[in-house]
Amino acid sequence: MAENTEESAAAQETAAAQDPQAAKNAQLLALLHRQFGADAFTDVEEPYGLLTVTTTRERIHDIMAGLQQDQELQMNFLTTMCGIHYPENEGKELGMIYHVHSLVNNLRLRLKIFFPIADPTVPTLTDLYATANWMEREAYDFYGIIFTGHPNLIRILNVEDMDYHPMRKEYALEDGTREDKTDLFFGR
Amino acid sequence: MAVNDTLEGTRKIVEEAREQQHHTGLIPTLNDFSQELTTLNLGPTHPATHGIFQNILQMDGERIISGVPTIGYIHRAFEKIAERRPFYQITPLTDRMNYCSSPINNMGWHMTVEKLLGVTVPKRAQYMRVIAMELARITDHLICNSILGVDTGAFTGFLYVFQEREKVYEIYEEICGARLTTNMGRVGGMERDFSDVAIKKLRDWLKTFPAVMKEFEQMFNRNRIFMDRVVNVGPITAERALNYGFTGPNLRAAGVDYDVRAMNPYSSYEDFEFEIPVGTKGDTYDRFMVRNEEIWQSLRIINQALENLPEGPFHADAPHYYLPPKQAVYKNMEALIYHFKIIMGEIEAPVGEVYHSVEGGNGELGFYLVSDGGRTPYRLHFRRPCFIYYQAYPEMVVGSSLSDAIVTLSSMNVIAGELDA
Repeated sequence: MAENTEESAAAQETAAAQDPQAAKNAQLLALLHRQFGADAFTDVEEPYGLLTVTTTRERIHDIMAGLQQDQELQMNFLTTMCGIHYPENEGKELGMIYHVHSLVNNLRLRLKIFFPIADPTVPTLTDLYATANWMEREAYDFYGIIFTGHPNLIRILNVEDMDYHPMRKEYALEDGTREDKTDLFFGR
Repeated sequence: MAVNDTLEGTRKIVEEAREQQHHTGLIPTLNDFSQELTTLNLGPTHPATHGIFQNILQMDGERIISGVPTIGYIHRAFEKIAERRPFYQITPLTDRMNYCSSPINNMGWHMTVEKLLGVTVPKRAQYMRVIAMELARITDHLICNSILGVDTGAFTGFLYVFQEREKVYEIYEEICGARLTTNMGRVGGMERDFSDVAIKKLRDWLKTFPAVMKEFEQMFNRNRIFMDRVVNVGPITAERALNYGFTGPNLRAAGVDYDVRAMNPYSSYEDFEFEIPVGTKGDTYDRFMVRNEEIWQSLRIINQALENLPEGPFHADAPHYYLPPKQAVYKNMEALIYHFKIIMGEIEAPVGEVYHSVEGGNGELGFYLVSDGGRTPYRLHFRRPCFIYYQAYPEMVVGSSLSDAIVTLSSMNVIAGELDA
């Protein structure tokens, strides 16, 4: 019995500890909807307390600019961005994931966009964030995502004459011709 | 990238530099340029870059007109490799990012996985991690600051504090058995408790180190020659620093008090009292001073953690994820099963995505982990602070002299392993 009460107290405590974050996220989401329209975002989630929204590549630049300039939010720190590849999602194989942070309000937001691998163009954010330059070059290098308007879209970590984008899922890490090491169980 | 070797390019750069008013007083005018420019390759292997990366500088005499950094010389495709490795096998990859402060990388990674798995680490393990991380921060800053001394011609300080770094490495050895690439801790806690020898070495070091640090500061802080070399060199404004995604000491030197430890406390940092030093101008001197002060603050944290080190287990009670002790594996059926499952990567990870960041030696070290429930991450992205802030380097050195560029680079603490990952 004593254990039970302890447990429930602990559960309440964790719920209370999580609550402020959930409340903050709800507030942030309401603000986003007000500013950019409710149709701007799909798939609103909160994995591990971080508000995650999916939008489209047509709107991502406007949204990032709006977030940066909003006086209330002051979401003007681009923490990181990275590409991702889901080969099974037809028409939405490639994605970009942005993490932005408001240092004043200590609020983070994750934005995602997905687009077809046949047409991997995304508007650049280099006009908003100087830091987007290398991050976008990295995403181009790894996934072949073309950032329209980028001042210098060349490979950054791999050699320039590489003719493929190595982080795409079709490139397995192990040599496919090896027979002594079948990856039936241990490969991904 | 084509190097700007025409006068047109020069004019453009000068105009850009004028627009960005942060180089007040240092902006060259077009009249300052002669027609002949020199291309200078700073790196890839240059003693002053302290790592393998290249800068192609366009020089007019001693003045830098443009800089084009080339990186990727030690790119090891960690993000790709991580997609085929079980979680515990990724820890050694993180060692090799910022190898001056490996424990911070290790702990950051463990905490990311723990966040994904929902494992709560006991207080004692959290405090032990804090001690290890702050030791790492001290060594990281010591290296950066003493090498900055070397680059300005003061070799003594470097040799002097490297003795202390050696002692910290001995403490690492007692904690985890390794020195540089530590692979310290496990998912779920630490791999073993602090031994008595480790505690003794730590206490001894905490007694002797402050005196050394004081002497180091006496040698540099108000040294006329040193100050002449670093004050007002390579400055960056807070606005530009934020726009460039600066974090860590480099951002704080520019006057922004963003520290992950304070803003989003992890591993019980909220229990400790410490201050966040900030600079005003974001120049090389400010970066040096901020790092020095952070060493003192780290010492404060270590002292508090050691004095209040809670009793209790040093790892979470999470047999599905935490490797059992080796002796138990030989004698105990459950331990053997869990050992096998963990080693073979057969642990059940939830589907989800998680971002976790820690305050690394150079700034916000973030891990973005996407799990599809498989044995390895579906996608793992490292937010490497070096990679992000190093792109500001050309902007910080254009208009200054080569020797200023060297100390600017040194004070930014660019670690090639973290830069390229």
